[in-house]
Amino acid sequence: MASQDITARSATTTPMPQVRQVGEVAKLIDTSKCIGCKACQVACSEWNELRAEVGHNVGVYDNPNDLGADSWTLIRFAEYENPASGNLEWLIRKDGCMHCADPGCLKACPSPGAIVKYANGIVDFNQDKCIGCGYCISGCPFDVPRLSQKDHKAYKCTLCSDRVAVGLEPACVKTCPTGAIVFGSKQDMQMHAAERIEDLKERGFAQAGLYDPAGVGGTHVMYVLHHADQPSLYAGLPEAPAISPLVELWKGVTKPLALLAMGAAVLAGFFHYVRVGPNRVDEEPDPGEPTVHQVDPSVHVVDPNKQP
Amino acid sequence: MTNHWADIQNADLVLIMGGNAAEAHPCGFKWVTEAKAHNKARLIVVDPRFNRSASVADLYAPIRTGTDIAFLGGLINYLLANDKIQHEYVRNYTDVSFVVKEGFAFEDGLFNGYDAAKRSYPDKSAWSYEIGADGYAVVDPSLSHPRCVFNLLKNHYSRYTPELVSSVCGTPQETMLKVWEAIAETSRPDKVMTIMYALGWTQHSVGSQMIRTGAMVQLLLGNIGMPGGGMNALRGHSNIQGLTDLGLLSNLLPGYLTLPGDGEQDYAAYIAKRTQKPLRPGQLSYWQNYEKFHVSLMKAWYGKSATVENNWAYDWLPKLDAPGAGYDVLKVFDMMFQGQINGYFCQGFNPIAAFPNKAKVGAALARLKYLVIMDPLATDTSEFWRNAGEFNDVDTAAIQTTVFRLPTTCFAEEDGSLVNSGRWLQWHWKAAEPPGEARTDIAIMAGLFHRLRALYAKEGGAFPEPILNLDWPYLRPDDPAPDELAREFNGRALADVSDPASGAVLAKAGEQLAGFAQLRADGSTASGCWIFSGSWTQAGNQMARRDNADPYGMGQTLGWAWAWPANRRILYNRASADPSGQPWDPAKKRLVWWNGKAWAGTDVPDFKPDSAPQDGMSPFIMNPEGVARFFALDKMAEGPFPEHYEPFETPIGRNPLHGNVQAVSNPAARVFKNDLELFGKAEEFPFVATTYRLTEHFHYWTKHCRLAAITQPEQFVEIGEALARERGITAGDRVKVSSNRGFIKAVAVVTKRLRPLTVDGKTVHQVGIPIHWGFSGVAKNGFITNTLTPFVGDGNTQTPEFKSFLVNVEKV
Repeated sequence: MASQDITARSATTTPMPQVRQVGEVAKLIDTSKCIGCKACQVACSEWNELRAEVGHNVGVYDNPNDLGADSWTLIRFAEYENPASGNLEWLIRKDGCMHCADPGCLKACPSPGAIVKYANGIVDFNQDKCIGCGYCISGCPFDVPRLSQKDHKAYKCTLCSDRVAVGLEPACVKTCPTGAIVFGSKQDMQMHAAERIEDLKERGFAQAGLYDPAGVGGTHVMYVLHHADQPSLYAGLPEAPAISPLVELWKGVTKPLALLAMGAAVLAGFFHYVRVGPNRVDEEPDPGEPTVHQVDPSVHVVDPNKQP
Repeated sequence: MTNHWADIQNADLVLIMGGNAAEAHPCGFKWVTEAKAHNKARLIVVDPRFNRSASVADLYAPIRTGTDIAFLGGLINYLLANDKIQHEYVRNYTDVSFVVKEGFAFEDGLFNGYDAAKRSYPDKSAWSYEIGADGYAVVDPSLSHPRCVFNLLKNHYSRYTPELVSSVCGTPQETMLKVWEAIAETSRPDKVMTIMYALGWTQHSVGSQMIRTGAMVQLLLGNIGMPGGGMNALRGHSNIQGLTDLGLLSNLLPGYLTLPGDGEQDYAAYIAKRTQKPLRPGQLSYWQNYEKFHVSLMKAWYGKSATVENNWAYDWLPKLDAPGAGYDVLKVFDMMFQGQINGYFCQGFNPIAAFPNKAKVGAALARLKYLVIMDPLATDTSEFWRNAGEFNDVDTAAIQTTVFRLPTTCFAEEDGSLVNSGRWLQWHWKAAEPPGEARTDIAIMAGLFHRLRALYAKEGGAFPEPILNLDWPYLRPDDPAPDELAREFNGRALADVSDPASGAVLAKAGEQLAGFAQLRADGSTASGCWIFSGSWTQAGNQMARRDNADPYGMGQTLGWAWAWPANRRILYNRASADPSGQPWDPAKKRLVWWNGKAWAGTDVPDFKPDSAPQDGMSPFIMNPEGVARFFALDKMAEGPFPEHYEPFETPIGRNPLHGNVQAVSNPAARVFKNDLELFGKAEEFPFVATTYRLTEHFHYWTKHCRLAAITQPEQFVEIGEALARERGITAGDRVKVSSNRGFIKAVAVVTKRLRPLTVDGKTVHQVGIPIHWGFSGVAKNGFITNTLTPFVGDGNTQTPEFKSFLVNVEKV
């Protein structure tokens, strides 16, 4: 939302204007309280006015079957036979944008301002500036953004940035009947998670823990997991998410190198110009050409070593 | 519910059995989450499927559908054998010491007095207490009399050994014992278990008895009347509790008053039968007030025309000529099928989808001359005549039924109150104007009434008085307002009502009454539903209150809406205190107590407010004996103690508890001959099937709603991995599921959550079939699941056996 303070903007090197000090927010999803009712999916569609197609059942409970430009959040179900306890577990996870502190999508995006990160931690897409290249998809360690078939722009969960900007919780949080999704300051959510983890440990889940992966600088959507040592049990939640090396290469090492190369090319051109002079077309020399060249003073550098 | 949703937070243990609260009641389920998070409660789920509730449970036990009496009977045996009962509670608050009449017997699966030809127990006279010379029931507090209820109970369930129960239910013995152990711990006075059940218990041919067995367990553990305890029926529609409260079943009158039978032509005898004197000294026997409620009802209906001279218009009340549940839906549709009914009003009901054996229901509808549909949606029933390919393959031209579709408003388009599972009447306000020509149900019924009355006035007719004399005092006779009806249910004084002791005037003529204690049998009060009395008093609409203050931190919130009866949140709450009147657990479970002068507490006491503990009045004041019953007397069709009977379509073909072929399935259930012929056998239909709802949908409504259709777009069935392997089925394949009544085709969801069970030495696979799809709506059209289900109901309520039948499964 325009009224929010932006701390990072895609494909922009100019420093952001001074931002107000606002606290970081976070959504905490407690997989041990989630019953997979999909009220969050419906609330998300209602608030954001999304209407996916009525699809097919492909043999699982996950419907729609994947995230989409019109389905920004999705309940994923996984059946797990715990070898330690011998119990069957039905692990249910609400999937969607994690709002990384170090967002891979933003890093990968080549279009200035198409992806922004607000001071409160929300990562938002601006479809007006999106060029539909899909780099954000390859940049995302969680495989979240999706390109719309209608307007060829990328979409994902906004963490209801419009609601949060005016002090409301995201729509999914508001609707969750069991309180499995809660929202507040990141610090408060971490404290709440600690209580939940203690409860889970007391119920026999020794490896219960918080999913707030450091590889992306932490996230503003966090999970309480019964098996924090094996996040991939939860329908493939990444074990150690990090921004793809290609994006790191592209915006990390490659970018300064490329800038260096570009600078070197400019410099080489310049030196070529001043040493060799401009390229001339010799076939038809203009006889009326003046002998003294006019040099653009804005680019001309006086070289004292050079004889005029 | 004996308790209510918010009270579940007080539970130490939650047993979900015969229901799937997380799936079908996700908003109410929040209180289970609350109990777990803040009360360290444990959650146990016993269900044929590892379901959404099981996904957040601490312990899950699989069970074969339809065998819950065996499971709970085994638990009763376990509690008695291991002495895990709340002794003081059981001794003081239940019928264990009562001596049963000589002649009562149970042998080879049947109680005494069975008539196989009638499939019932015509003579239940021995199913009662021995009455002493003083006119009271005989009791033996030492519990040594061989015919005292305690010994009969012990003896009856001694056959339910863990080995036998495990073999009947298919529950692995180790898991079963773990569940029983955890439940047994709540026999401590400071530990309480709540039981949450729903249609997974009611929709069996022995459904009522399953619920009774659950209640018996709760009594042994001392969990009835306790905060965080009770027997909690989770109702399936938002106002289905209101439906039963207002007596919409054919054998009931509002407020659980009962319609007289054909043999009850005498008013005095009708009242006398329902106003039983106490069976023990000092007991209240609250139904002695029956006539006050009845007369007030008749005054509400007939006004000045109901007089003492005409026995309060008793002759105008219908006299039921069908025994038991009366004209229940199964009976009505069977009559329609036989051509005995030719017109039908379908108000908020979609029988072709919601009732068993679609082929029979469809054929019955086709024999009608006219069918009136009152519904906000274009239901499948309203289009039963439309050929929808294999989903509804009918010969339209051959159907001559005229169908009238009257569009009605939905709840958000009208004011009114909804009664939730916890008996709260919550007023709601109209949020939007109805679309098109939709009118309220009240307006439609009022229009119908005026036209009928005009016809009776003009043409006379067989029996015009009940219609012509009906009192109709509404401001707009063609469209009575919801608040007018609500005030009528509450009741008002027709003449000054005074306190019989002091003579002080309690309510002046014309005033709204404060509660049912002010109702009178002399015609000076009118009340359309005595249990709702107190909901709209002289102080205004109590149902509209929204104060959630909880001064004692017990979650009773007496200022939020209004609960019947008398704004009481937990029924039988006197039993939460010990015989001396103090809470069993004064720290965490304090509900009501004797303060030296009166009963007081965090809830409205369910007791005579000034009866001191030393007076010896027992907590179950609605029963003439004052105590809760293990022995159901003659109240149940199948007998005083629940016994396990197999579903009518049984995968094992015998009852492992006894060899009697008459007692394989419920011997007292009514079965129509044409349905009996359609029961399938395990040889042809080897798999056990059960039907259920999904969170994503509400019955057959939300298939008309795009967002709900997106979240669960297409019909599917759930099949265990082992069965899928056996039949060569992989997830996403289309399969054909057939019973002896028809077939459906759907997508296969192959899951670990349905495991084969070992039952009676055989491997039994269970198949899960969600309802929700049909041949109308925006979801992918599909088959009606109730094509498959058997047309037989519970022996007492006639609720159909949707939860247990036999099918075959093939890959398409």
